[in-house]
This record gives sequence, C-alpha cells and structure tokens, in this order.
Amino acid sequence: MSTHRDKFGRPVVAVTGLGIVTSLGQGRDDNWKGLTAGRSGVHAINRFSTVGLRTTVAGTVDFLPRGDGSSPELSEQLATLAADEAITMSGLGRKGDFPGELFMAVPPVEVEWPDRLALAKASGREPADYDAMLAAAESGRFHVIHDRFMFGGVAERTAERFGTKGSPISLSTACSSGATAIQLGVEAIRRGETQVALAIGTDGSVQAESLIRFSLLSALSTQNDPPQEAAKPFSKNRDGFVMGEGAGALVLEDYDHALARGAAIIGIVAGCGEKGDGFHRTRSSPDGRPAILAMQAAIVDAGLVPDQIDYINAHGTSTPENDKMECMSCRAVFGERMSRLPISSNKSMVGHTLTAAGAVEAVFSLLTIAHGRLPPTINYKLPDPAIELDVVPNVARDAKVRAVLSNSFGFGGQNTCLVFTAEPVS
Amino acid sequence: MASLHRVAITGIGLVSSLGEGVEPHRAALKSGAPPVVDTQAFAPYPVHVMAPLELEKQIPKKSDQRQMEPWQRIGVYAAGLALDDAGLKGDAAALDRLEMFVAAGGGERDHQVDDAIVNGLRTAADPAAFLNERLMKDLRPTLFLAQLPNLLAGNISIVHGVTGGSCSFMGEEQAGVDALRLAVGRIASGQSDTILVGAAYNAERRDMLLLLAAGGNLRKEPSFAPVFAPERGGMITGSVGAFLLLEAAELAAKRGARVRAEIAGVRAGRARREQGAVASEFRRLIGALGSFGANSLGLSAASGVAPWSGEEREAAADALAHAPIHASGDVLGHAMEAAFPAAVALAAAMIDAGDAKEALVTGAGHWRGEGAAKLIAPGR
Repeated sequence: MSTHRDKFGRPVVAVTGLGIVTSLGQGRDDNWKGLTAGRSGVHAINRFSTVGLRTTVAGTVDFLPRGDGSSPELSEQLATLAADEAITMSGLGRKGDFPGELFMAVPPVEVEWPDRLALAKASGREPADYDAMLAAAESGRFHVIHDRFMFGGVAERTAERFGTKGSPISLSTACSSGATAIQLGVEAIRRGETQVALAIGTDGSVQAESLIRFSLLSALSTQNDPPQEAAKPFSKNRDGFVMGEGAGALVLEDYDHALARGAAIIGIVAGCGEKGDGFHRTRSSPDGRPAILAMQAAIVDAGLVPDQIDYINAHGTSTPENDKMECMSCRAVFGERMSRLPISSNKSMVGHTLTAAGAVEAVFSLLTIAHGRLPPTINYKLPDPAIELDVVPNVARDAKVRAVLSNSFGFGGQNTCLVFTAEPVS
Repeated sequence: MASLHRVAITGIGLVSSLGEGVEPHRAALKSGAPPVVDTQAFAPYPVHVMAPLELEKQIPKKSDQRQMEPWQRIGVYAAGLALDDAGLKGDAAALDRLEMFVAAGGGERDHQVDDAIVNGLRTAADPAAFLNERLMKDLRPTLFLAQLPNLLAGNISIVHGVTGGSCSFMGEEQAGVDALRLAVGRIASGQSDTILVGAAYNAERRDMLLLLAAGGNLRKEPSFAPVFAPERGGMITGSVGAFLLLEAAELAAKRGARVRAEIAGVRAGRARREQGAVASEFRRLIGALGSFGANSLGLSAASGVAPWSGEEREAAADALAHAPIHASGDVLGHAMEAAFPAAVALAAAMIDAGDAKEALVTGAGHWRGEGAAKLIAPGR
C-alpha cells in the first residue's frame, strides 16, 4: 500500500461521505438543486408566535416530524439525518457501528420555557420561584430534563446511535463551531489517533428566546417582507443575518485507508487555520488581522499559496460589519486578484445556521468542487460600492474548482478557515 | 499517537472556596481540614462557595468585569493566575501565539427574570405574546454573551490577550478530560508548543442545581459528607476555576520555566452506564497509561454519585496498590467541567512539592464519560 503524506509529512485526510439538511431540504440532492437554483429556504416563522418581535423570519427546518419541540431534540434529529446520509455514502462500518471517533458541534442549550412552566406547575406553589421548581425537580418525574439539557447529551446519544468509537466530542466555538469540529477530526487523523472520524455540525435552536437574544444585539435583519430577501450578503442594504437551522456531516478518512478499501473520494480537507481575536466580544478587530491570519494559516497548512485558491465560500453573514471586514481581509490575503476571485455566501439562501454553519458550508464547498458549479449569492440587487467582489451574483455558474477556502468567523474572537481540494493529492 | 514531545505543566491557576493558588489547596488535601461549605444559602443542597476574590488583580477593567457573569470571572481569574505562574503574563508575543482549550458550561440564567416570566406565563391571556414582550424588555443583551460557552475563552482573549486560537469543549466533566487530552495530543505531536487548558464552574446557581436535581444527582442533606463516604448520597457542587499552562518540555527548558510536573498520558472513555462497566472502562484506560511506581498518589475527580464514583475508586486503587487516593471534591466540591482540570492541577502541585513522583488522576462524570491521566515528576 502506498503511503500518501502531505507537504508536512502528515497523513492526507479525505472526505468519503457527505450529509446535509437545511431549510432547502433533506439530503445532498435537494440541497444542491435548491442552492444552485438560487432558491431561499428563509420564510416567515410559524414555530412560535412572533408578536412583538422585530424579526419574524428564519430558515427553520419545519418539514420533519416534531417531537417534544425542544432545541436539543431538533438538533439531534438534524444531526442524525445528516450523519446517516454521510455514513451511508462512505460505505464504512455497519449500522450502529461506525469505526471512528465523533467530533460534533452542538448548540449550547438551556432548560426551555415549557419545562420551566411544567416544573412551576408541578410545584403546586403560586408564585413558584426557583426553589419551588427545585423541589418539583426532586420528584424524580423530570429526569428527562437532565438528560436533554446537559451539554454533552446530543453528542452522547449520537455516539450511541451510530456506534462511534472513543469519547464523543461536543464543541462550541460560536459561529465557527462546525469548522472546528472538522478541524479537530482532521487533526486526530493526522496524529494517527483514528483513521476515520465523523464530523458533524448541527443547529436546531431557533426559538423565541434565542431569536430575541440576537435581536437585542441588533444582529438580525429586520427586513421581514418578503422573507426570502432578508439575507443579502455583500449588498449595500444588508442589515443583519437571518437565523437558520440545519446540519452538515462529513466522514473524514485517512486517504490511504480510503484508497485501500476502494472508497469513492469526494475531496480532501487539505488545510485548517485559526486565529483568536481579543478586540471585542462581538466585533472583530478593525484591521481584520485575525481573519487574515486565519485564512493565511489555512492556505499554508494546505501546502498551497493564495493563487491556487479558486473560490471562497464566504462567512458572508449579511451583517454590515462582517461582510465589510471579510471583504477587506480577503483583499489583504489575495491582493489584486480578489476582484476576480469568486466568493459567494450560502447564507443568502439557507440563512446563518450558526453552530452548524461551518459544517453545512463545508458540505457545499465539497459539492462545489464535485459539480464544478459555483452557488450564487442571491438577493444581490444593490451592490455595496465599498465591497468590490465577484459575489457570483444571483445566478450560479460553472467553473473549474480545485481548491476552496471556507471561512467561519464567530463571536468571542473565533476565526476558523478550512481549505478543501479535489482529489488526487498533488 | 506519535509522541515527539514531552508535555510539561509550567503554570497552574487555581481558585475555589479555599482561596487562590495551589498552596491552600494542597495543604487542605494533606491535612484533611474541614472544607468551606455553605449549607444554608442553597438548602437543602450544600455548596462549596467561592472565596471572595479581588477581581481587579486579574481583571483590571470594571467594564470587563461587568461584561461577564460569575463563571466567566472565575475562569478569567484562574487563567490569569496560570499565566502569572508560567511567567507569560504580559508577554505579548507569546500570548499572541498561545492557544486555548477550554471546557465550558455556560447558560447562566437571570433568576429574577425567569421567576417573573414563569409565573406570568401561568396566567397570561396570550402566553406567547407575553413571553416575547417580557424577554424583549427584561433580557440583558450582555447576559447572552455570558451564556455562550466559548465566551469564557473570548474573555480570556480580551482580558489577558491570549489570541492564538481557542476551542471550547462542552459536555460536563468529560469536556474537561477531552480538552486536556486533545491539548496534550497537539503538543506531543508537535502541532503546538503552548496551550492554556482549563475550565470554570460557578456552583452558586439555582438554574444549574435545577438541572442536576432533575437527574437526581445532588446530596440533599444540609451538611458535608466526603465524596467516597457511604452516606454521601450524590454531588456536592463547588465553585472552581482551574487552568493549566501546558508547554513542550524543550520550550520550557529553553526559556528556563519551572516545570511542576509532566503529563505522560491522558485517556478518555465512554462506558455504558451499567453496574460494573465504569470499573472495567477505568481498568482499560488506566492500563493504557502504564504502571505506577511505589511513590505514587491518586487523585480522583469523582462526583460522589453512586455507583460510578465507587467503581472509579476501585479501579484506581487496583492500579495504585497501597498509594493514597485523594478526592479533589472533598476540598473543592464537585466542579463539573472544571473537576478534572482541577484534580490534575492538584496532582501537579503535589508532585512539585515532592509528595509523590507519579500521580494517577481519574474522573467519572456524574452521568457519562470517564477520564484518566498520568502525571510524572519532571525529567531532566
């Protein structure tokens, strides 16, 4: 068996399975069709009342059977569908026996209002304070609340369902969580700790309170009508992001392991780069340095130079600040070439899937390479003269793509960038 | 795993009910002095409450303090202590490269707001509209940033200038194990040379007690009982901040840093929680760490939840023969995400003080996850 190594002497990490669910639909085919048709999955929220809210639209996933209606349950459901699709595609293992480790980006969760209300009622006290709810919790009838809302619960149950090996990892790096899950999976394979890893990013947490939290930070678009035009990355009239839900799953595999079993190889995770930002809790450094360094680190880690990147899958949230900062940072990395280098934002169609975004966009990046077609940035009607970019406006187009840079930037100074390339390895 | 580099602990930041720094903690563990437990404030639940902190010493700006909730302040404070201990505080170039692996909970609630809303919901004519209205009016925007797990790392970046990149692990006790395990993996393989690893837990929260009570995990007697005592009856939680500065041994030697201990290995497992399964998982994990010599000690981060804590202890005792096993929870309380990092910090402090040459640190999560680490006295 030949032993492939990257330019740094590390095992090469192939992708042999992809799975995805977003507001555009379930599965690779529906999603790719919707994405390249420029269709939006954003719609008026009907999961909860939007009375009195400034934002009333989101890219929620509403086509699945609803269980208890909680965020962790939907996040788990979305992850299960994406993982199942990815594992099936990879042909690895047997049902319930996946031969590798789990790296999972899961949204932070808290006990939700229906549960608090149930505890308050069960306390028999009126008014009921936390002490009353605590007494009710001790009844033993609310064990499900513990298991559902412990942060490790979603990954624990996902590990159990798919039979992944080792200690399941739950990650939270805000809006770059999905990319971080892939990064840690890649690192584990490069270190030889596992030959196969399942990386998932999932988020089913659009609820009144989560939406209000972002709303109070003035992060969300309030242009609710029509809903499908609210997310407009890089446009002059962009006014915030639109919350979205979904999950992306990737089967990562040591390239030689995949070759040896004759697996179809979708692409390579060639590079990962990250850089922290200590400027502010929600805003990025005005000079863009952390984003620039993260992109450069990913490209270097891939053993490439900027000229070899054919397309950028943007973080592109549609907030005034992100899009400006991302454009400036890309210009610093790619120079003059940035005017011609295509960059588009999937978030214009599926919204910002938050914890899942890095994984959802990784799936789209790999499908972009596989299909040789660039998904557009829709709702691009009013270009921002301060952002001169080829955003693949409104309509998908064919292009030969061998290397994609995918950006993820999050609250708390998280900047994680990934580089995906086509097989074969150079 | 390709282990190219030895991993040294060159900084420890520890803060708890016993105060700050390693000494009061090591002394308490050795003397068996009574812990600092408040049996009234959260009755019937005893809680190891945080010692008063002079926040200004580690978080100089009041504006930064205001932007954080207690768990983040505890963590940023402890991280600062670790950086001080390692001699890296203020070394802008080193901090700009320094990475962070943080085990984080988060989700702190505003209890007054929750109480008011939950009662209002019971009588509101239109509960959904009422919920929206109250949340829009009553939620503090900054509270959200205290609820995000990765904002502990974010605040450490802002306050201490640690900006090499960060990864936050969730998942209660096991998050602390995995954060340490993967940080050690990064340094051992040569991918990184310095990583700040740790966690913080604020036990003085009814929202968190509620979650644990729902699972039937808490000791409900308003008095202290040791972790492994038969009458323990569940967890006694404690507020703790614990951070470690991990460094490639060559780098530590080059810059003349004081090495308190080396981490020879970290293992993490996932046993199905059935009688006996936790003990056998620990035997497997501990076995993979190699054998322990005569001059060893055990440190357990056990929660006190039966039967898992007992199974953990049984496996550790088998591996350690006659060596003593200390429960970090006896002095700190159980600190969830911070439990394992704090136990490792205590073990490193004891090795540094010459109490032992080797240490086995174990920790069974209260409902999932098992971790074990081997610490050794620094090599030459």
